[in-house]
Amino acid sequence: MAGTGQVPAGTTPVAPKNADVPQTRMARALRESLIAGALAAILGFFFLALRTDIVTGGLNVTTRWGLWLTAIAIVFAGRMALNLFWFDRDWGSGKPARKTIVAALPSGKTVGRVALLFALVLPFLFMALFPNKDRQFIDLSILIMTYIMLGWGLNIVVGLAGLLDLGYVAFYAVGAYSFGLSAHYLGLGFWTALPMAGLLAATWGLILGFPVLRLRGDYLAIVTLAFGEMIRIVLINWNDFTGGPNGISGIPKPTFFGLEIGRGEGSFGDVFGIPYDPIHRFVFLYYIILVLALLTNFVTMRLRRLPIGRAWEALREDEIACRSLGINTRNTKLSAFSIGAMFAGFAGSFFATRQGFISPESFTFLESAIILAIVVLGGLGSQIGIVIASVVMVGGIELLRNLNFLKQVFGPSFEPTEFRMLIFGLAMVVIMVWKPRGLVSTREPSATLKEKKLIKADQVAQGEGH
Amino acid sequence: MSTQSRSVHRWKDDPVLTVEHMSMRFGGLLAINNLSFEVGRGDITALIGPNGAGKTTVFNCVTGFYKPTEGRIVARHGTGAQVAAVEHATTKGKRWHSTDAGAVFLLERMPDYEISQKAKVARTFQNIRLFSGMTLLENLLVAQHNPLMVASGYTIGGILGLKSFKRAEKAATEKAAYWLDHVGLIDRADDAAGDLPYGDQRRLEIARAMCLEPLVLCLDEPAAGLNPRESADLNLLLRYIRETHGTSILLIEHDMGVVMEISDHVIVLDYGVKIADGDAAEVKSDPRVVAAYLGVDDEAEIDVPEVRKDLIEVTGRTKKGAGDE
Ligand SMILES: Nc1ncnc2c1ncn2[C@@H]1O[C@H](COP(=O)(O)OP(=O)(O)O)[C@@H](O)[C@H]1O
Ligand SMILES: [Mg+2]
Repeated sequence: MAGTGQVPAGTTPVAPKNADVPQTRMARALRESLIAGALAAILGFFFLALRTDIVTGGLNVTTRWGLWLTAIAIVFAGRMALNLFWFDRDWGSGKPARKTIVAALPSGKTVGRVALLFALVLPFLFMALFPNKDRQFIDLSILIMTYIMLGWGLNIVVGLAGLLDLGYVAFYAVGAYSFGLSAHYLGLGFWTALPMAGLLAATWGLILGFPVLRLRGDYLAIVTLAFGEMIRIVLINWNDFTGGPNGISGIPKPTFFGLEIGRGEGSFGDVFGIPYDPIHRFVFLYYIILVLALLTNFVTMRLRRLPIGRAWEALREDEIACRSLGINTRNTKLSAFSIGAMFAGFAGSFFATRQGFISPESFTFLESAIILAIVVLGGLGSQIGIVIASVVMVGGIELLRNLNFLKQVFGPSFEPTEFRMLIFGLAMVVIMVWKPRGLVSTREPSATLKEKKLIKADQVAQGEGH
Repeated sequence: MSTQSRSVHRWKDDPVLTVEHMSMRFGGLLAINNLSFEVGRGDITALIGPNGAGKTTVFNCVTGFYKPTEGRIVARHGTGAQVAAVEHATTKGKRWHSTDAGAVFLLERMPDYEISQKAKVARTFQNIRLFSGMTLLENLLVAQHNPLMVASGYTIGGILGLKSFKRAEKAATEKAAYWLDHVGLIDRADDAAGDLPYGDQRRLEIARAMCLEPLVLCLDEPAAGLNPRESADLNLLLRYIRETHGTSILLIEHDMGVVMEISDHVIVLDYGVKIADGDAAEVKSDPRVVAAYLGVDDEAEIDVPEVRKDLIEVTGRTKKGAGDE
């Protein structure tokens, strides 16, 4: 994430940090807000104030002054607020009493337990509280949980080992396609294909990692990105085998110990005497991904306390020191890369079974970027931070679909989901300004002699390419 | 301090490490030119020389971070020069060869991580390289990676929570505590290494290297930036390491007081060439050493107070007096 550290500086090109400038705070804030507002006015004029529609016989220009003025007002007020309450704070004196979320919250363990309990009862909560919308909500929870799992998997590579991997989605694709293809050609079921998908993805992690991991920093990032795209392009072009852009459909749903979740003889409902309800399928899928995600978390937490996990973190801190201590850095990197890939493979085969249909379109670079954003926003290396970031990011995007009241503000043609990426980027910038090390930025030591102390973020290295 | 007689050079008979005709070229720069020396088993050997003489480069070659352009570097376990074993390994193209008498390792053929793992040559860095976001304890546990990795059944046994791994981990923690205790940092075991003051970081890096149980410990300017008290503590620590653990120490040092006080053997390097080799007394009186220390870009170097101090300590004369010669 080269450059994320520069975000605060980049957004304040006109803010002189020089105390010699004889300017009152208010005057400076006002001036800069005016400049920002003017810029918004100029830029927004073409995007917001004017709108062109293609109609028969030419273009039809409509004006939307309300929208334009609102945007300018927001920029002006936002800049003003930032100037008054943020930029003028004392940055110089090292680490002032910047309160962290963790400091305000109870210990990570308690938060984790509460979150786990909540996750366990979530589907029933939805069914009880929102009987009309439960299916939609559980589906969303499944989606969020998938991203949590992917985030946790990528966290091994990026957060612990410090290897910036922009092609993580490739392994997600390998997992999905290995189930999709084995179901299509061999008729395998989900539970048989699941371990195979993980193994295949891990193998691909090794194969791709071998040439790639000798690169460092930005080069590593670029090459992993390229590999991610290559896998997708192979999937598109290998028509005979993968179905090309049309993908694979008819991927079977998972069974409950051999019982199908559905209607009819010998199904889950039939055997247990529960009348069939389509919601059962969603609840079942939810628990599968929950278990998979928890497995990822459990293994990661265990690995962190083992020599291998400690070596990953040491690698992130200082690769040369690692080599002087007898650590084979190539193998250590490969292990992080392929274990991370394995979890993506599991998640991928879950994705395939949930959708019942997969195509290369689901595995674009954007997916990698979202997963990486979750890891970075959550705080590199922090498990609970990733949960929060997934809920906020994925849930937030979903929420946009429901913001119909915005149409009343901005007019009926306003489509909130189109602003997804914008909001995404804004959230990124805001977090990076507010907490450059992510939401949860303290590191918990993997071993203690007497008393556990959290390690402040400014000591923790972020690894290569950051 | 050395009790050696001037003519007997013990390190020639029982070298734990030899560098033979080593050259290191960086493009057009010949940083090390046909350098040969021995490090005696159980000795404290000092490698000195002006800035840019190539001392760190020697360390980097010995520990596998650079591959020397030419030459042979041999580490020996067991006793004696083991000439036959070295020849055997060299001609058979092997990286190491073990015999009843011990084992020899051709370091120039081994990758860096194998040198600390197998040949048991550990090092510290001139610009300290700690894992600053990890605790002191974690730093020392990382140094025990390889034995712990085996004990954890290459992670599988560790995930399953094997008893034998728990025991190994406990032993590793105890070893870490032992070294933390001996460098006086046991009370800070659970703090981030990056939070330590400079002098403590230097000692922690030595403790971390010692967790590898090395036969040879290479220290790159361990006393740089230490105050006199810390410097004296460091001497005690080095002596303790040598006496109690039998570790041979190869040390780059600028502080001549330290060098003359604790070294059994001093090697002087200038522009990549060895200009003196002997015990402290011999080196001190070697005219070439005096010249090298005086000859360096007078204006640039002599104005550095430390260098001037070194000079006076080495030669026992002031600059003016030496200049008259
Ligand atoms: N990696 C390198 N590439 C090019 N030149 C180097 C490299 N490492 C060291 N040198 C050069 O080799 C010479 C010796 O450097 P060094 O071993 O660091 O000296 P010392 O440790 O004695 O102060 C210097 O001229 C230095 O510039
Ligand atoms: Mg040096």
